[in-house]
Amino acid sequence: MSGPNTQYDPVEVAALDPAQIDAAVQSAIEGIAAADSLEALKVARTEHQGDKSPLALANREIGALPPTAKAEAGKRVGQARGRVAQELKARQQVLEAERDERILADERVDMTLVPDRRPLGRRHPVELMGQQMADVMVGMGWEIAEGPEVEAEWFTFDALNFDQDHPARQMQDTFYVEPPDAGLVLRTHTSPVQARAMLERGVPLYIAVPGRVFRTDELDATHMPAFHQLEGLAVDEGLTMAHLKGTLDRLAAELFGPEITTRLRPSYFPFTEPSAEMDLRCFVCHGNDPDCRTCGGTGWIEWGGCGMVNENVLRACGVDPRKYSGFAFGMGIDRALMFRTGVADMREMIEGDVRFNSQFGMEI
Amino acid sequence: MRVPVEWLREYVEVAPGTTGADIAASLVRVGLEEEGLHGADITGPLVVGRVISADPEPQKNGKTINWCQVDVGDANGTGEPQGIVCGAHNFVAGDWVVCVLPGGVLPGDFSIAARKTYGHVSAGMICAADELGLPDDGSGGIIRLAELLPGADLVPGQDAVALLGLDRVTVEINVTPDRGYCFSLRGVAREYSHATGAAFTDPVPTLARRAPHGSDDGFAVRLDDQAPLRGQPGCRRYVTRTVRGIDQGAPTPAWMATRLTEAGMRPISLTVDISNYVMLALGQPTHTFDLASITGPIVVRRAAAGETLKTLDDQERSLFDEDLLITDGGDRVLGIAGVMGGADTEISGSTTDVLIEAANFDPVSIARSARRHKLPSEAARRFERGVDIELAPAAAQLIVDLLVEYAGGVADEGATDVGDGLPAVSIDLDLTLPTRLVGVAYDEDEVVDVLRQIGCAVEVSGDRARVRPPTWRPDLTTGPDLVEEVARIHGYDAIPSVVPRPPGGRGLTRSQQARRMVAELLAGRGLQETWSAPFISAQVLQRLGIDVADPRSQAVKIANPLSQEADLFRTTLLPGLFDTLRRNVSRGARDLALFEVGLVALPDGQGRTAPTEEPGIRPDDATLARIRAAVPPQPRQVAFALTGERDRTAWWGPGRGADWTDALEIVRDLGQALGLTLTTAAAERAPFHPGRCAVVTVPDGRTAGWVGEVHPKVCEALELPARTVAGELDLDVLLAASEGDTLSAPVSTYPMASSDVALVVDDTVPAARVEAALRAGAGEHLEAAALFDLYSGEQVGEGKKSLAYRLQFRAPDRTLTTSEVNAARDRAVSRAEQETGAFQRGA
Ligand SMILES: [Zn+2]
Repeated sequence: MSGPNTQYDPVEVAALDPAQIDAAVQSAIEGIAAADSLEALKVARTEHQGDKSPLALANREIGALPPTAKAEAGKRVGQARGRVAQELKARQQVLEAERDERILADERVDMTLVPDRRPLGRRHPVELMGQQMADVMVGMGWEIAEGPEVEAEWFTFDALNFDQDHPARQMQDTFYVEPPDAGLVLRTHTSPVQARAMLERGVPLYIAVPGRVFRTDELDATHMPAFHQLEGLAVDEGLTMAHLKGTLDRLAAELFGPEITTRLRPSYFPFTEPSAEMDLRCFVCHGNDPDCRTCGGTGWIEWGGCGMVNENVLRACGVDPRKYSGFAFGMGIDRALMFRTGVADMREMIEGDVRFNSQFGMEI
Repeated sequence: MRVPVEWLREYVEVAPGTTGADIAASLVRVGLEEEGLHGADITGPLVVGRVISADPEPQKNGKTINWCQVDVGDANGTGEPQGIVCGAHNFVAGDWVVCVLPGGVLPGDFSIAARKTYGHVSAGMICAADELGLPDDGSGGIIRLAELLPGADLVPGQDAVALLGLDRVTVEINVTPDRGYCFSLRGVAREYSHATGAAFTDPVPTLARRAPHGSDDGFAVRLDDQAPLRGQPGCRRYVTRTVRGIDQGAPTPAWMATRLTEAGMRPISLTVDISNYVMLALGQPTHTFDLASITGPIVVRRAAAGETLKTLDDQERSLFDEDLLITDGGDRVLGIAGVMGGADTEISGSTTDVLIEAANFDPVSIARSARRHKLPSEAARRFERGVDIELAPAAAQLIVDLLVEYAGGVADEGATDVGDGLPAVSIDLDLTLPTRLVGVAYDEDEVVDVLRQIGCAVEVSGDRARVRPPTWRPDLTTGPDLVEEVARIHGYDAIPSVVPRPPGGRGLTRSQQARRMVAELLAGRGLQETWSAPFISAQVLQRLGIDVADPRSQAVKIANPLSQEADLFRTTLLPGLFDTLRRNVSRGARDLALFEVGLVALPDGQGRTAPTEEPGIRPDDATLARIRAAVPPQPRQVAFALTGERDRTAWWGPGRGADWTDALEIVRDLGQALGLTLTTAAAERAPFHPGRCAVVTVPDGRTAGWVGEVHPKVCEALELPARTVAGELDLDVLLAASEGDTLSAPVSTYPMASSDVALVVDDTVPAARVEAALRAGAGEHLEAAALFDLYSGEQVGEGKKSLAYRLQFRAPDRTLTTSEVNAARDRAVSRAEQETGAFQRGA
């Protein structure tokens, strides 16, 4: 089939018969629609668009037509081929979308699984409680001071107006350091830092001291030989017990909520005069249950000791009590944690069982 | 201090209907904290019964019980006799008794129900005194009402609670060390009056008026303190009275026994009970001698070396030379003054004449003796807090009165009253001080009124006042002491709440912030923060392999440890952390990562002592320096311990056990978090594996600590899981090294070029040295050098290892050419060859 065909009869060129072309298109549309996978579509593409497809053959016949017939036949075949290409493209898109969807569906996993490959650690809640208390004080413009745990008796007792023979000094259940004349103890309260701060920083002074303290108590549900205190000391001109109460009220509200009720009642400490004990309204019974176990039915929970700094303490630390007054307070951090979280047995706080920590988040 | 309300009413008006809780609430306002409420703890039917019959029935166990029919009137709802089994035998048919019926609850939460016993249904119990919380009437068995309450009108079924005073309430309060006078009903009654305004009747003035003055007719007493403590004579006042012809068989009256029991003291014998009664009533401890056993005179003096005394508790005690003694004629020791009497002058059944001592001793002397002899007696407790100097004659008079009334004695007319007493205290008070210290605007009249109310004599002149506190308040010595009185009597609840305005602080220090960050980092890396009591022992250090030459053996020693296994203050955090680890393991945990931050004490072995000083005195600078220097350095350390899997094995696949690389990784984390380059080098140190321990150094060369695998022998000795990993770093060193700002270098945006090198070195060459040489040789454009492969085995030969590094190069200002990169790599390699004997693998 080479060279121009001059002896032709258009009717006899079957490939270009409009009916034939329509049939080829129809057949292609059906074949493409029937392709149910990208592989089947590939086969259909070869069949209906490939070199040997009826429309490709028809296209090839156009060249043999007389010029007058070429244009019409070319248009007809071109339209048919375009139609087929369009169908193929559309089907391709559908099948590709189906395939993508299927792959994603196949990749579905169980998102309820918890991959505990390396569990998160935790801060100790007592440390977090101490931080939070310190932060409240910092927020009020105070600074955080610290001091040693093995401490001189002078800082622990003498500077704080504990007379050598005063019963209060014996009541502290102090760990003493060998030899007895070393003049060292394990601090029984964070108050020695008061004396250090006054001597080192001078006045005015607003410091809070979180830290560990020691008493000769056997470990049981309500006692630990080591526990934590937050101490506060303010020395300035014109400070009164009203400022002490204001500071404690703010601290209590920040830690236990604005509805907390506090009270001061008279008490005694060698390093303060006047002295007070600060109580919180019972969290459990709110003073309404005479048989309440949390407060013993009194309606109040003891939280900490406080008062106006004893003049002897100011003098021992080189501060003139005629010019300055001060207030001080100390409270249990462990106790604050117990109030906040309901820890009932103190041993849980010191034993270091990781299940205890794990109940809490990285903040409390 | 237990305060029986019925007794309190003798000295202060307590309004009818006032409950124990009301009284406690009033007392707490003036500073006497409630410790508890006692009594009124019997509920349900407790009734008077009359025994109709009591049939003894011998039992197989040898006991004989009584099967009783008791008339309890209508109290049982039927009016029929109540059948009760009773084991006591001190009663017969016709006796009036006390029955608790089913449904009743006795002290100690003891519920009564009908129960089958000894072949009967026993519907209740016939009560003994102790079962009802009453003092024993001496019968040792059940209560016989006709004897206990002679003349009482008894009806079967009548309520016995009120009849026996079992509805009586005792308020227990805590007395702070400054308020010694509140160890008496007299003192508490006074405070109740301050709190409520109720009328107070001081029993002392009447007694004091009736007490004879000291005279030569009294028993001879000589105060002969040759060694006063802190300048204070040991005996300030010594009063004696003599009562003769006492009947030692006379019983303690029931009302007194009840009051004593309610106050927490056991009735013993009339003479002893009277002494205790007077102490509780007025606050004056007294002592009673058998007059026949002493010849006199009484001499009060300090102990001499080698003296001993057998005290009332039958203990032979060696006396200390500071002990103040009561002696007979100066020779025979009768007692340690104010603490405890001697056994051989004790009142006995044959005593007829007694010598009563009511003395006032120096608190310091008594406190020291009580402490040294470990005799915290009721008397010592009062003396060491200070007893009213005017109380002695009144207290002696009350004892005389009671002995005369209840023991049939006759008092001698004479009395002894010797001693220098106490100098009067006078306080110059600025009347504006209460307002200035408390923050409540008290007017001056109010201040003066309160001070007079508490018993002070006040002379006002202008805005100042001369205040003489009452003799029962030796604690009032300064202006602020008086301010507290004004504030508490006026009410602490009147104090307003004012937040002070400090000048403004710096916030947390850098070190405080960095410490929080370190703890948060470790927790974020999977470690659990724990803490432990900082006590260790020599044995524990030994088990850790820390020998005596190691500075960590030079620990601060506790003089009074809770146990000998905890007698040193820690020099390392590891023992406590290991205890915690082991505790977790014993409770079933297997994969653990713990850390602890805390202080250790590292004494320098100089054994300096810290001087002490009287209160209120600022030591001079040299003394202060000595005090500070005696306090051992206490660096803050962080320690960690890991065992089990660091990354867990589970459904996602295999995990990885914790090993020495985790210790190094934690060091790396800490260094990077603090912006520090920490270097590690092989080291040997207890308690670590000698081949798997690194010393950690900060850039200036200071040692920050040690990390590694715990020595297998230590794991065994401490019962730790094998191959436990641990470390201990000095946070103070780390934080100090990380001070200062980091200077930022520009970040180049030119392309990076990389080149890999594999170097073979001897096994013993540390990788850090190879890397350092590569870095030094590679020059300024080296951006990173990362070890991506580590191999030892056949292909590199015995005793060798291959280290493969990826070197990354980048210039700040241009794209590096291939030849530049290759040249830099070659310089790096040749530097490594020179310095570590490395050769390129495959070269
Ligand atoms: Zn409560």
